[in-house]
Amino acid sequence: MAGLQSQDFARISATNFRPPDVRHDFEVAKLIDVSKCIGCKACQAACLEWNNLREEVGFNTGSYDNPHDLTPNTWTLMRFTEWENPQSGNLEWLIRKDGCMHCADPGCLKACPSPGAIVQYNNGIVDFVSENCIGCGYCVKGCPFNIPRISQADHKAYKCTLCSDRVSVGQAPACAKACPTGAIVFGTKQAMLTYAQTRITDLKSRGFENAGIYDPPGVGGTHVMYVLHHADQPQLYAGLPQNPRISQVVELWKGLTKYAGMAAVGFAAAFAFVHGIVARRNDVSRAEDREAEHLIDEEAARGRQT
Amino acid sequence: MTNSWTDIKNTDLVIIMGGNAAEAHPCGFKWVTEAKAQRGAKLIVVDPRFTRSASVADYYAPIRQGTDIAFLLGAIKYCIDNDKIQHDYVRAFTNAPYIVKEGFGYQDGLFTGYDEAKRDYDRSSWEYELGPDGYVQVDETLQHPRCVYQLLRKHVSAYTPEMVERICGTPKDKYLTVCKMIAETSARDKVMTSMYALGWTQHSKGSQNIRSMAMLQLLLGNIGLRGGGMNALRGHSNIQGLTDIGLMSNLIPGYLTLPTDKEVDFPTYMSTRGFKPLRPNQMSYWQNYRKFMVSFLKSMWGPAATAENDFAYQWLPKLDVPGYDMLRTFDMMHQGKVNGYFCQGFNPLLSLSNRGKVSQALSKLKFLVVMDPLQTETARFWKDEGVHNDVKPEDIQTEVFELPTTCFAEDEGSLVNSGRWLQWHWPGAEPPGEAKTDTWIMAQLFQRLRALYIKEGGAFPDPIVNLHWPYRVADDPQPDEMAREMNGYVVSTVTDPADPTKVLLEKGKQLDTFGQLRDDGSTACGCWIYSGCWTEKGNMMARRDTSDPANTGAYANWAFSWPANRRILYNRASADIDGKAWDPRRKLIEWNGTAWTGYDVPDIAPAAKPRDVGPFIMNPEGTARLFVRGMMKDGPFPAHYEPFESPVANVLAPKIRGNPAARIFKDDLAALGTSDKFPYAATSYRLTEHFHYWTKHVWVNAVLQPEFFVEISEQLAQEKTIQNGGWVKVSSNRGTVYAKAVVTKRIKPLICDGKTVHVVGIPLHWGFTGAARKGFGPNSLTPFVGDANIETPEFKAFLVNVEPSNGPATS
Amino acid sequence: MLQELSRRQFMKAAGAGLGGSAVAALGFGGAEEALAQAVRPFKLTGTTETRNTCPYCSVACGVIMYSLGDKSKNAHQAIVHIEGDPDHPTNRGTLCPKGSALLDFIHSETRTTTPQYRGPGEKAFRPIGWNEALDRIARLMKDDRDKNFIRTNQDGVTVNRWLTTGFLAASATTNETAFLTYKVVRSSGILAFDNQARV
Repeated sequence: MAGLQSQDFARISATNFRPPDVRHDFEVAKLIDVSKCIGCKACQAACLEWNNLREEVGFNTGSYDNPHDLTPNTWTLMRFTEWENPQSGNLEWLIRKDGCMHCADPGCLKACPSPGAIVQYNNGIVDFVSENCIGCGYCVKGCPFNIPRISQADHKAYKCTLCSDRVSVGQAPACAKACPTGAIVFGTKQAMLTYAQTRITDLKSRGFENAGIYDPPGVGGTHVMYVLHHADQPQLYAGLPQNPRISQVVELWKGLTKYAGMAAVGFAAAFAFVHGIVARRNDVSRAEDREAEHLIDEEAARGRQT
Repeated sequence: MTNSWTDIKNTDLVIIMGGNAAEAHPCGFKWVTEAKAQRGAKLIVVDPRFTRSASVADYYAPIRQGTDIAFLLGAIKYCIDNDKIQHDYVRAFTNAPYIVKEGFGYQDGLFTGYDEAKRDYDRSSWEYELGPDGYVQVDETLQHPRCVYQLLRKHVSAYTPEMVERICGTPKDKYLTVCKMIAETSARDKVMTSMYALGWTQHSKGSQNIRSMAMLQLLLGNIGLRGGGMNALRGHSNIQGLTDIGLMSNLIPGYLTLPTDKEVDFPTYMSTRGFKPLRPNQMSYWQNYRKFMVSFLKSMWGPAATAENDFAYQWLPKLDVPGYDMLRTFDMMHQGKVNGYFCQGFNPLLSLSNRGKVSQALSKLKFLVVMDPLQTETARFWKDEGVHNDVKPEDIQTEVFELPTTCFAEDEGSLVNSGRWLQWHWPGAEPPGEAKTDTWIMAQLFQRLRALYIKEGGAFPDPIVNLHWPYRVADDPQPDEMAREMNGYVVSTVTDPADPTKVLLEKGKQLDTFGQLRDDGSTACGCWIYSGCWTEKGNMMARRDTSDPANTGAYANWAFSWPANRRILYNRASADIDGKAWDPRRKLIEWNGTAWTGYDVPDIAPAAKPRDVGPFIMNPEGTARLFVRGMMKDGPFPAHYEPFESPVANVLAPKIRGNPAARIFKDDLAALGTSDKFPYAATSYRLTEHFHYWTKHVWVNAVLQPEFFVEISEQLAQEKTIQNGGWVKVSSNRGTVYAKAVVTKRIKPLICDGKTVHVVGIPLHWGFTGAARKGFGPNSLTPFVGDANIETPEFKAFLVNVEPSNGPATS
Repeated sequence: MLQELSRRQFMKAAGAGLGGSAVAALGFGGAEEALAQAVRPFKLTGTTETRNTCPYCSVACGVIMYSLGDKSKNAHQAIVHIEGDPDHPTNRGTLCPKGSALLDFIHSETRTTTPQYRGPGEKAFRPIGWNEALDRIARLMKDDRDKNFIRTNQDGVTVNRWLTTGFLAASATTNETAFLTYKVVRSSGILAFDNQARV
């Protein structure tokens, strides 16, 4: 497991720097087997506890989803869907643990204008580095899964880290360790893919013909994967996207920084970063912000329609 | 549990009925998911609600709450009719062949001997026919019309699938699917496990709910086997231990019982506890009762318990009623007959039925002492919290003490899990503020009380001033000292009668096992079933050996399992009449020609020959009872009775309300509601995000389920124009609560005897202290009536009305 | 230019204080590891582990409590984290949402920390010393017992009943507490003795 202790970067936001690929033993992944999940929220509790996060005590609004959405403090959330299977006539309570998917091709990282605010380690973990975050919210727009949230307290973006601190000392993420039924397991991506096949075989033997893995190619695959009983209809599970992909605007943005107008864009970002530190205000150029946001929104809307 | 959590992985079929293991015991439920994933086991869930357990089940069938007996007796009928009985097991290991006395009968919902005025039975006809040799008469062919098997067959004949559907609301096709899956486990190589909890106990016929499944499991040959058994999922971390140690009105540690007024002296007391075998060669282990009892009395009163004073038998209190259970005590309190009350880690204002009555009862106390690590509602029953606790403090004269105690993290000792494992734990922090351990508080109180009696004299001080108190520091006894007392020790050296120079037991040593106990005062033992937990080898409860040869799930050297470190009760029954495993893949213990050997401590004398000695050694029969003689108050067989508050009449016996043998006090009978005013069938339950009334004090859990709600079907919501997430007012004939409505597909109306029955689900975790939102609970609504045998309140089935509301402030 | 800037920013983020040449020489590996640790240090390093059992349901999961301090005399222990015990046969390291949040139970704001007393008709609790509280309770017990103890019944049979005071025992105290409680309660003649097995 020595490899786990040297998390080499694969990518860093807002740079075209590509770290030398000196250690690349394996990629890690978390596999969430929805068919084993009882929705107990142990993962949510363990996440809050491990990360020293304390969410506000909310209200009941007619649902088991508490809190009602991801927040800067809630990095993972159980989403409950009651679905009557038209084929069998049976009620199915589909419960999905929502949170960062740790995409191989992370839209957040590509959208991020602040150097070093989002990094991807070679083991696949995508992590936010608060010190470098300018709170612009591009990561939110860039994410095809709508995961990052901006804190109103410190104007930084937050999301699941896949417990990079635990992984760096050879331990599983807190949610995976806690999970009572083994619905969340953690290991190398290869091991998880192999294990998922045994689960899919079991589910098919129990009549779930369309059981399968969710490892969407549109984002290069993910380091958080699902086993779904109805892999043909991921949207049943509280709107899990059928075919998530990074918006083309974000790709373009990435292209700009890499090949062409780096003076303009890069400087703006760098300026904002320095400005943020000096003035304690986190903002990018307002004009640029508006423009990029507009483009991304448009693209995102198009992406969802497809 | 007859088996253990880790044993569940060995099963082929799990039936969760009368419980919700995924919700209430997620980490134990893990072994269900393991059985499913590793051996292709199936999971059936039968519940009024589509629960978290149901969400991962292979098959779900709905049932109306309070009708489990009809469902299970119907399953027994199915198995008998379809010849899905493990015949060899049933013939050899149950009392199916035993002949019952002439005169026993059952008609119109009642067994012979019923006295309506007393709400009780004369049980003398519920007995075996004994031969001249004193043993029960048997018919191995099971053909005798009065043999237990034939009586059972006749008794269950009413419970056809159609009748089950009428009573339970379970659609016939679903019911038959469940029956078929269950019946398959009658094969020798198929085993089913039953996982149940308060969903079966909290009924006016809770004990019989459990008996029904136990009978089914016996008929299928599933008791004593790996992956089988009757597995009660105990609710609290040490409720098994507190029950083992007899902290109940009528108990003495190790399931001995307190004397009654009729047992005027020790010989009379012992005369009803002879437990003479009812079949030849049987162990009838309770024949050792006197050894357990004398050793207990020695642990209580030490040197003051002598042969001359019958070991201080007369210092024990005697019962004039079956027991002063919580319901009776609070009824007495309500009548002003109780002055002082102690709550040690218990919150009855929220936990007991009919909160209005409990609140009034507490208000009549002179003093209340609450020992708790958390600020409970009970300690604040006198506090005006507006709608959430609407009382007038100035009118309440009770003196209240709130004593801060340690929690698990700050104390040391053992807890008994559901699988009877005694596990030791260690403190990791200092108590907060001035908090103290419960042992310190009890010792301090006792020392003061004793000092007052020594100084002032008073009412019969002998049992108090002579209480054996052998602790190193009298004011602060330490856990190891009590653990050693419970295990038992040698009071005076015991020598071999044949050779007086040979010392069998040396004075001062810890006992190895309850097999060494004596009835002459030479041994002391606080709780005989725990003997072996702290021997001369040390603290066996602290063992942490994770080895598990052959992956049986037994973990024989992890902690200590009572009795005698046995992991699966009745494990002799895992082998056939000749001592060979019914299923070689599930070998547990086998007879090797001279002894029983295998992976578990045999639940039988190691040299007891097969065919001679039966597996159920605690029973004088040596077999398990399908017919329980006069030992249950409400019948030797279970029978379907409606809850005291039911939306429909008893189809089988329309004149009978509730369980005819259950006790109900006059005021509480008058406080029952009827379905014309309260049309909906309510049930109370726990949610996985919370533990009882504790975790509303825990910030993270308050976040995960912040606010009190009730669950109703989409159909009821539409009928009553209730909005999802909106406020509702829920009332019973005893009280009213306000809650948010969760409108769900997981609750569906049931059709019972042609009538639509709406189920209302009421989780119970909220109150007026803690981090979660202030709220109400189901016990403002529940009826004050308990199970006929053990007085567990009927929390699971009662009647309410539900209406849309603007919430507690404006309604 | 951007690349240079990024390198500097990256270095800053790493907080390693290394010169550019050193970074190049290390091929970034060391600095990256430093960054990972700087971003999210592993919080249990150096804590003391104590084994315990979850106090909630009777699955009785093994837990490990991580506390500050090494149990040296001047260091007061404080539990900073609780996690499942991976060696425990039943839970194998897992915990449910209650067990996973045990830390907040121990540190709950509504824990009791000092004895409190509320007199007849009073509207609030007030602190009371342990000695005063225990003396008063013992006196109340004795007076009630002396007044209401039933030594014999109508038939003259010794019955030793004290029915005017009752005791509800806990559900999560240890066996050892339970046994001591049993001895004290039973020897006094209390029969209204119950536990939480039913509710």
